[in-house]
Amino acid sequence: MVARLRGPGMSRAALGTVLGTAVSYVIIVIMRSWYDLDPVLDGFAVLELALFLAPIGFLIGLGAFDYWFYWAAGKKTVADDHSSHGAHSWRDYFKVNTDHKVIGIQYVVTSFFFFFVGGLFAMLMRAELAQPGRQFVDPNTFNGLFSVHASLLIFLFIIPVFAGLANYVLPLMIGAPDMAFPRLNALSFWMLPLAGIMMLMSFAAPGGSFASGWTAYAPLSVTAPEGQVFFTIGVQFAGASSIATALNFLATIITMRAPGMSFFRMPLLVWANFSTSLLVVIATPFIAVSQFMVLFDRSLGFNFFEATGRGDVLMYQHIFWFYSHPAVYIMMLPGFGIISEILAVKSRKPIFGYRMMAFSLLAIVVLGFTVWAHHMFVSGMQDWIRIPMMITTAIIAVPTGIKIFSWLATLWRGVLHLDTPMLFALGFLSMFTLGGISGVMLAIIPVTIHVSDTYFIVAHIHYVLFGGSLLTIFAGVYYWFPKMTGRMYDERLGKLHFWTTFIFFNATFAPMHVIGIQGMPRRVADYAEQWAGWNLAISIMSFFLGLSALVFAYNMVASWRGGPRAESNPWRALTLEWQVTSPPPIFNFDAIPTVVGGPYEYGVPGAVHGVLKGAEVPQPAGATASAGGRAHGSGSAKDEE
Amino acid sequence: MRRERARDEKTPVLWMVVHGVIASAIGIAAGLAIEWFPEQASTQAGPIDHLYDVLIWTSVPVFVTVSIIVLFSVRNFKMRPGEEQLDGPPIHGNTRLEVIWTAIPAVVLVVLCSYAWVVLNDIEEAHAGEMRINVVGQQFAWTFEYPQPGGKPIKSTQLYLPKDRPVRFYVKALDVIHDFWVPAFRMKIDAVPGIETKYRVTPNRLGTYPVVCAELCGLGHSVMRTTTHVVTPAKFNAWIAEQKAPAAASAEGEIDGKTLFTDGNGAATACGSCHTLADAGTQSETGPDLDKALAGEDAASIKQSITAPDAKITPGFQAGIMPKNYGDTLSAEELDALVKYLGEAAGK
Repeated sequence: MVARLRGPGMSRAALGTVLGTAVSYVIIVIMRSWYDLDPVLDGFAVLELALFLAPIGFLIGLGAFDYWFYWAAGKKTVADDHSSHGAHSWRDYFKVNTDHKVIGIQYVVTSFFFFFVGGLFAMLMRAELAQPGRQFVDPNTFNGLFSVHASLLIFLFIIPVFAGLANYVLPLMIGAPDMAFPRLNALSFWMLPLAGIMMLMSFAAPGGSFASGWTAYAPLSVTAPEGQVFFTIGVQFAGASSIATALNFLATIITMRAPGMSFFRMPLLVWANFSTSLLVVIATPFIAVSQFMVLFDRSLGFNFFEATGRGDVLMYQHIFWFYSHPAVYIMMLPGFGIISEILAVKSRKPIFGYRMMAFSLLAIVVLGFTVWAHHMFVSGMQDWIRIPMMITTAIIAVPTGIKIFSWLATLWRGVLHLDTPMLFALGFLSMFTLGGISGVMLAIIPVTIHVSDTYFIVAHIHYVLFGGSLLTIFAGVYYWFPKMTGRMYDERLGKLHFWTTFIFFNATFAPMHVIGIQGMPRRVADYAEQWAGWNLAISIMSFFLGLSALVFAYNMVASWRGGPRAESNPWRALTLEWQVTSPPPIFNFDAIPTVVGGPYEYGVPGAVHGVLKGAEVPQPAGATASAGGRAHGSGSAKDEE
Repeated sequence: MRRERARDEKTPVLWMVVHGVIASAIGIAAGLAIEWFPEQASTQAGPIDHLYDVLIWTSVPVFVTVSIIVLFSVRNFKMRPGEEQLDGPPIHGNTRLEVIWTAIPAVVLVVLCSYAWVVLNDIEEAHAGEMRINVVGQQFAWTFEYPQPGGKPIKSTQLYLPKDRPVRFYVKALDVIHDFWVPAFRMKIDAVPGIETKYRVTPNRLGTYPVVCAELCGLGHSVMRTTTHVVTPAKFNAWIAEQKAPAAASAEGEIDGKTLFTDGNGAATACGSCHTLADAGTQSETGPDLDKALAGEDAASIKQSITAPDAKITPGFQAGIMPKNYGDTLSAEELDALVKYLGEAAGK
């Protein structure tokens, strides 16, 4: 027992959590008695400190800092220590693991856990909204449900699941053995479940969970019950995780590309994550700051946002949206990368206008920082700023349009393999266009004055984040499932999943455009009688949409456990991750590959993207038999000595 | 591997254009036929609704273009049996096409923005003879103040406006951010603590329209609604005169506490919109069930619960939810009548 508490792992992590909480008690009691405050033991003060110290205690206990502590203490450390690399049993996924492939799977599985929890909350909301009046939950719980729903799906699902997918495939794609900072990578991951659990724990707080929306506008969030701090502090951990991962991606992409992998030979997924990481590194500190200011206002009597204390209420929104608008692109650019990979491979054609695809990503990064105040057209800020923000917001549709048209041109005259990843990619193309169109409508100030804070906004954000981001996530998960698990998913269930998602997604969210313009405000537990019919229909459709996610869950679990073995390159793709076994060997490549051409040279006779030196990597049992059916076209046009 | 496709590779561009035009026409017709907006009750509504129609005209063809290309690609270019190893032609790009699809959307968007700017100036324009109304938002009620030259302003929780008279709202918040929105007028703005926000409308259609709080403001956000009455100028003047002399109005007869509870008085929001009371037949659960909370309470305690709601909080509810303005919006006689009624009816 003692040994288990001394070594890194879950037992020591539990001990660390308890110690972190205990230290919080001690510090608060000492501080409050110094200042003669009554009572000396203040539960909320302890809670707020413990929300920082308990997770840090957990991380120390788990061993996320062990190496750096040993190094700082002058003990002997081995920089190239690979003892915590790779996974040999399921238990290894519950440890601090430095293998980017293990971390990628940890990320994806964790974020899908929160996806299902967040989706469940949506089902509860729709049940409440099926009829006007009060059905199942009181208004406070309802406000909590939509706040936690949005927070989980944004901070614990969309952002990290993209980081997870990229964690797995990006080092492989650029021919690197791992990420640049594997220990930082492990720490980044382990901060995530802590943030998610914190947000869920808020339901146990006195006064209920945080209920001021994921936007947490001051002064509502400053005066809200104690559940609010679970968001305020939870976001710090999710944000820190995000920033560390982004730094890691930047360092990896800049320094660890294989010889010959110039920037313009990088697959577009790498470009997309490069752009996203730039956004994260620049923008995410702003949301951290906004939430720290809320925390200081609440707990330490600061007056950043209290009008009565010379604070500025609108300042919160400016800081918040300076992060949260770029965050929309943080949640979309990696998806653009995924779609570019899939459309090229599944159309058997080079991506159309590769350079413009890369430059348009960078254009979105730059423009993304110039549009934040379009969220504040009715906030009461100075009038003149609305016009420039309208123009930049509309103009950001131009680089996005370039991407859409280039994808369409990629399809043109290709040989389209209409399997599950491709169906999701095509579904994304049409649905994201709709989200983009309502986005342009929302740039147009006179229209926005009427529709802001209505269900039109709910419709728009779900067309962008569900019809946009989530469809790309599904596409990516199906596409790399063989690589990540070494198994094939069930194609029939995949197609069923696509069609049910596509149909019920539209049936759920399209009507929201109408009731929004008709005047139904968002974030309401109750609504006027005139919208009863629409809301009942939306609720019923949303339950079917919820069921469609279960098809996905079943397919993933069943295929991972017992699907047919995947060959190394079932899609005949050129990018490097497909040139190694499925799943890849523990250090990815026996020797660092050399890149000699572009990543999408489909249809070019004799085209080669990368050359793998050394012996052909051994195939796992069962895959060798089917390897005979492997592509002999350009897909395998690599030099195998 | 590059191999010629066995079948005819001629691409049906003309077919796509024809289908695209037909689909766009249907889409635009449908988009214009849908009754998107609530009724137009201000001069601002017309230009905004028209701008939206223009957006429908431009958006539908964009969506149709994307969808048609996806659908035709699926139909014409999908892999057929025997093509498993086939690749498409290695087309890497086309500079002319890329310039076109960068330039055209940019031009369209700039034109739309310019038009929007014109509409914005139009709907925010000042007009002569503007009436000032102060709008105060607090959790969870609106108060409208009509400044009276040389006297106390008239206060009301329902909004009365004379038809065709330009109004400018000066909006304030007492606690958190609210948003003052009359969907039939199309205009809204946040009520922000610490600053005064403003907008103009000119009501041009008689009727009653909902007032909605559009910015999440806490527990009672979804019930922070009231009513706008657009009335003839004569009726408006009569209403103002009536409000100026509330004592005269209440002297007309006995005040009915029950009616006050279910309907409010035109200035104070009805109690029944948040509270359950069996005798009055109300069932809302935003606030405590008064049959339980007030049963057996004496008159002084009931009065305190109305005028100083946070003095005593029913377990399971939070302080700060019920508006604290009932002492102002109810006259002394109305307050007494309400207390009397509640004392008799609660828990009956």
